[in-house]
Amino acid sequence: MTSNHLSHPLDNNKVVYNYKVVHQFALATVFWGIVGMAVGVLIAAQLAWPVLNFDTAWLSYGRLRPLHTNGVIFAFGGSALMACSLFIVQRTCGARLISDKLAAFVFWGWQTIIVSAVITLPMGMTTSKEYAELEWPISILIAVVWVAYAILFFGTIIKRQQKHIYVANWFFAAFIIAVAILHIVNNLAVPVTLTKSYSIYAGTVDAMVQWWWGHNAVGFFLTAGFLGIMYYFVPKQAGRPIYSYRLSVVHFWALIAIYVWAGPHHLHYSALPDWTQNLGMAMSLILLAPSWGGMINGIMTLSGAWDKLRTDPILKFLVVSLSFYGMSTFEGPMLSIKSVNALSHMTDWTVGHVHAGALGWVAMISIGATYHLIPLLYGRKPGEMFSIKLIDLHFWLATIGTVLYIVSMWVNGLMQGLMWRAVNNDGTLTYSFVETVIASYPGYVVRFIGGGIFLSGMLVMAWNIWKTWLITREELASGKITQQEALA
Amino acid sequence: MSSGFSLFVILGTLGSLIVFTLLLLMNRKVSNPGQTTGHEYDGIEEYDNPLPAWWFWGFLLSIVFALGYLIYYPGLGNFKGLSGWTSAGQLAQQQADADERFGPIFAQYRAIPVEELATIPAAMRMGQRLFATNCAQCHGSAGTGAYGFPNLTDGEWQWGQSVEQVQATLQNGRVAVMPAWNGVLDAYGIRDVTEYVMQISGRDAIAEQATAGQAQFAQLCAACHGADGKGQPMLGAPDLTNDRWLYGGSREQISDVLRHGRNGRMPGFSDRLDEDRLHILNAYVRSLSSQ
Repeated sequence: MTSNHLSHPLDNNKVVYNYKVVHQFALATVFWGIVGMAVGVLIAAQLAWPVLNFDTAWLSYGRLRPLHTNGVIFAFGGSALMACSLFIVQRTCGARLISDKLAAFVFWGWQTIIVSAVITLPMGMTTSKEYAELEWPISILIAVVWVAYAILFFGTIIKRQQKHIYVANWFFAAFIIAVAILHIVNNLAVPVTLTKSYSIYAGTVDAMVQWWWGHNAVGFFLTAGFLGIMYYFVPKQAGRPIYSYRLSVVHFWALIAIYVWAGPHHLHYSALPDWTQNLGMAMSLILLAPSWGGMINGIMTLSGAWDKLRTDPILKFLVVSLSFYGMSTFEGPMLSIKSVNALSHMTDWTVGHVHAGALGWVAMISIGATYHLIPLLYGRKPGEMFSIKLIDLHFWLATIGTVLYIVSMWVNGLMQGLMWRAVNNDGTLTYSFVETVIASYPGYVVRFIGGGIFLSGMLVMAWNIWKTWLITREELASGKITQQEALA
Repeated sequence: MSSGFSLFVILGTLGSLIVFTLLLLMNRKVSNPGQTTGHEYDGIEEYDNPLPAWWFWGFLLSIVFALGYLIYYPGLGNFKGLSGWTSAGQLAQQQADADERFGPIFAQYRAIPVEELATIPAAMRMGQRLFATNCAQCHGSAGTGAYGFPNLTDGEWQWGQSVEQVQATLQNGRVAVMPAWNGVLDAYGIRDVTEYVMQISGRDAIAEQATAGQAQFAQLCAACHGADGKGQPMLGAPDLTNDRWLYGGSREQISDVLRHGRNGRMPGFSDRLDEDRLHILNAYVRSLSSQ
């Protein structure tokens, strides 16, 4: 890379990075983001207007909901994580990926897994384990591709030109190792046919293993991995040093050590033994400080560069994502308190909490990172997208969409929890279940609108990227930039 | 839990809390606040700033709180906690409190016969609430039923309408079994019996087929539904001669029931509702069909 805007000392060492796989994953991020969120908007509409199930099994809520979660977490989020981690590990290590073929295998392998999910989930093939629905042949393929990804990542770390390893890579490393272990242990199953298997665990043990996975899919996939993204793009976009190296050390080790204890809070007031529930709750409360360490480090990094928020919508995405991150990691420990959980569990509050993290944190930081990446990958100046105004529009669509979503689910969740526990003078329940469903209708409509607004922002983004590519192609043709600068 | 595993949990937990505390304490002081560490990665530097004090103390406080919580409540393996709290104990206590508070409200109607209860509005309002919580999910808010779930307002009683029969239904539940005749009757047999059922329910049927079906009916169906097809509440076998159908009354639906059979299941409520409540519910359910 010889262009003036990438004039980092490392570039002078004539290291040519593998940007092809980064580019592929970046585009996959946008594509699967639109697909996954569109399915989300559809199932949100189904909850408000059940007729939209169309009496068709493979269009029904029960089958599309896992397609939505797999689509946004593993297809959209996973592609964003792989794009960013493979970009960051090269740039911060000053080393090209160890193998282009392995990189291509990881990309196409991951896309094969996603397409398999898109086919099998609507057909009703499922392990019925939440966030681990894919049946055993796909589950094995995930393990294989994941190991390849690990080899690619750690191999590049090993051949680095830097003495030290940058903090973003610690988080990616923890995320890659933990997800491998969690995925394999949780998916151990006895196959009975090609498309059906049964978990080797039974009863409460199965539930505990499932939520050990489920909570750490949140902890390592959606938190640690995206903190890795944060630790590169926030200082890069703000042009400021990381606020505190010491804080990153402490909160990293504390975060990855404590997250694995917190799964039992998903099983409060269940058949899980009391000691396990209580221990899970105690550890969930301790988790607040390590989670906030990342937010503090990100936001304090901006001190001295706050003025950039006026002009740089990419930075706005990053900062607002950190705010939502701080909010949802405060809400999480609160919801894990047993007496709070007694009110919130099974209500829409949980759904709102998840989306505060999923839309506000995961999606917003991925979007910000993608806007940072795309111009660089096309050999353009930082932030030189087709339209900065459209990025700003996207920012407001995403923010308003997220707020509508979260607030409607807070209202619904509190209302449901309170209606469920309301009793008459004779101790009978004041409301039958169906009355709480009727009362939830307005919230469902607002949630659908919020989700739709968020999705429309993604379409704006796709348009902006497409136009950016067209401009780049024209500039290539006219010789304004060279092939070497632009990634073709 | 074995004492070995318990010890593992205790040592693992306390060990972790100690490690987190040490991690905090050891990183409290920095050598060059406000300066960078000297590392640089792709142009990114890092300040050597100390941990924010409020964050440091907040973290430490949460560890102290967790420790106190795990001493007071069960959490450390087999150690029961100083409070003696258990979730089963809490549930038993809350149920006992509820029984003490609400029990007398229901008990006051216990001595009044079911038939008479139906004329007491206050009791029927309580019955309606019990129905909304426990029965409406299947039988509908108004008790009008749904496909596979009997209508309780039409005067047709699958398992009998006497106080004792309804009481038995509510307490112990019911299991209705209509066998599948697929293997016994061929396609013609299914067709013929369907026609016969159409005929006895007073609808247009192809006479020749219905006549053929009558013999099969007498052989296979009459044992439960009666020779005249009027059903037997003792077996939960529905009356086939009227226009009320649990699983639909069209030709196709009747054939489907004949081919594949049906399994109806009403759960028993004796483990959820005491006799005082069931007494009121009985009166309410029976009142539905007389309104």
